[in-house]
Amino acid sequence: MLGKVKKLGKKTLVITGNYAVAYAAKSARVEVVAAYPITPQTSIVEKIAEFVETGLMNAKYIRVESEHSAMAACVGASAAGARAFTATSSQGLAYMHEMLHWAARARLPIVMAVVNRAMATPWNIWSDHQDSMSQRDTGWIQFYASNNQEAYDTVIQAYRLCEDEDIYLPAFICLDAFILSHTSMPVTIHDEEDVDKFLPKYEARHWKLDVDNPVTNGNIVTPDHYYEMSWSMDESMRYVKKKFPEICEEYKELFGQWHGVFTKGYKIDDAEYVIIAPGTLFEESCVAVDMLRENNVPIGALKLRVYRPFPSEDIISVARKCKMLITLDRALSYGFNGPIFNDVRSAIYGETGTPVFGYAVGLGGRDVTFNDISSIVRDATLKLEKGLHSSFVYYGLKVGEK
Amino acid sequence: MARISNGLYEIRWHGRGGQGAVTGAQILAEAAFLEGLWCQAFPYFGAERRGAPVTAYTRISKKPILVHSAIYSPDLVIVLDPSIMSIVDVTKGLKENGTLLVNSREIPKIERDDIRVFIVDATSISLELDLLVAGIPVVNTPMTGAAAKVLPLVGLESVLEAVHNKFIDSLGPEKTKLNVEAAKRAYDRVREV
Repeated sequence: MLGKVKKLGKKTLVITGNYAVAYAAKSARVEVVAAYPITPQTSIVEKIAEFVETGLMNAKYIRVESEHSAMAACVGASAAGARAFTATSSQGLAYMHEMLHWAARARLPIVMAVVNRAMATPWNIWSDHQDSMSQRDTGWIQFYASNNQEAYDTVIQAYRLCEDEDIYLPAFICLDAFILSHTSMPVTIHDEEDVDKFLPKYEARHWKLDVDNPVTNGNIVTPDHYYEMSWSMDESMRYVKKKFPEICEEYKELFGQWHGVFTKGYKIDDAEYVIIAPGTLFEESCVAVDMLRENNVPIGALKLRVYRPFPSEDIISVARKCKMLITLDRALSYGFNGPIFNDVRSAIYGETGTPVFGYAVGLGGRDVTFNDISSIVRDATLKLEKGLHSSFVYYGLKVGEK
Repeated sequence: MARISNGLYEIRWHGRGGQGAVTGAQILAEAAFLEGLWCQAFPYFGAERRGAPVTAYTRISKKPILVHSAIYSPDLVIVLDPSIMSIVDVTKGLKENGTLLVNSREIPKIERDDIRVFIVDATSISLELDLLVAGIPVVNTPMTGAAAKVLPLVGLESVLEAVHNKFIDSLGPEKTKLNVEAAKRAYDRVREV
């Protein structure tokens, strides 16, 4: 091979978000997959099962009896030094709740796809961020993908980030049910050999279940030490802010894909109003931005790509330059608005007095169109003109608000 | 033929559960991709049952597609089963000067006079070729061929290649060839009424 430069082994396929995630697990050479089906996640673990069964992927595929067990199996695998993966949605994620804390506190770099689906009751299989947002304080890094390519690339980037020896935390890759999970679009997939250069084999450098070097983990820790362990997790979250920009740059250099780091702006440089939204709501907002700009509305959009750690610095810097922020939440914090709205207000408090207007949208999969977002912008503009500073509105509510 | 308005061309598929509306939507998306265009294909986000009316969608664009909401005013509507036209308003939201393409032997009764209507007897094509799944004639692949006649920027060659790519791994070369042939015949026989 002397003197020959190997071309990047890549191909572009028209595939669903779920298949993009399955291909990412393959590209990342995941070693253990724990699988329990739930709509609309199921086709992720089905595709991985096919990869493993046909020898395209060299992984141990563990069929478990519940999501709680799926996460427990990932914890065991990751603690033994393997790269572990699973996927879930809604009630499945809720059922994992205890194990989510365990995985994060044991500092295990597990990556999990969360296909965002509404919480029961009543049953609803459609897109809603209540499932992942309500796991906010478990110590998992949270990414929200806005298209299938981003879902693929983020899985690979997440392993690199989570396995950093100064981080060792797990991560969700969230993707909107059906809107991404079951929608086909072009996705560029890379060969494992090329991804190896970016993502070397996982080495558990902190602690590991190893019969030759026995250690104990998860034993009782007195108040003398527990506090510092919690602080250390938060320190690692802060370190994510230092490390992830380099990882995204390197990924771009190698694979040519760029989705922003913690946020990504669309026409924000001269924007007086900025919409802040996660996932596909961001891309739909970009369409609204283009429409509104034709009518000379000075608007832009900011993708909230990472929800934890919360990108306060990015939000403050945008807030300082504009006259109004508009947040879109596909989840509620019952009794206190929407989570993104609250966090944005909290982040800018004492830094800038920019008004923030929050809107709940798309709960339980209610369609959110660019026209809806344009109406929201008009509503917020009227509020700003009236001199209001902040409000939280249930957009398109079909019953009268109390 | 129709132009892509606002850089976006939107297709809505109507069929019955089991007729392959989603697969048809995916084949046209892949065909558009092979032409160097951006694409999306998605089912109606609901619970599907065999035999019940179902909907699927394809978006085609020269630019990356940022829209993720449903399609409310398609440029093209494809009907896999004419019997659903009595229970589903298939032209709902169809753009003025939009196109309706129906798998039908007879000229369908359409209330609107501001759209173009094309028909092709896809069921007969599949019966001639003995292209059946569980005893039911395959209508989605011939309709993708017929769509090549009315689609902007997506030609028959790309549709045939997309049909081939869709089935070669799961069905093998013989059945794939039949699907490609069905698409070709539908392209030749589709006519405006």
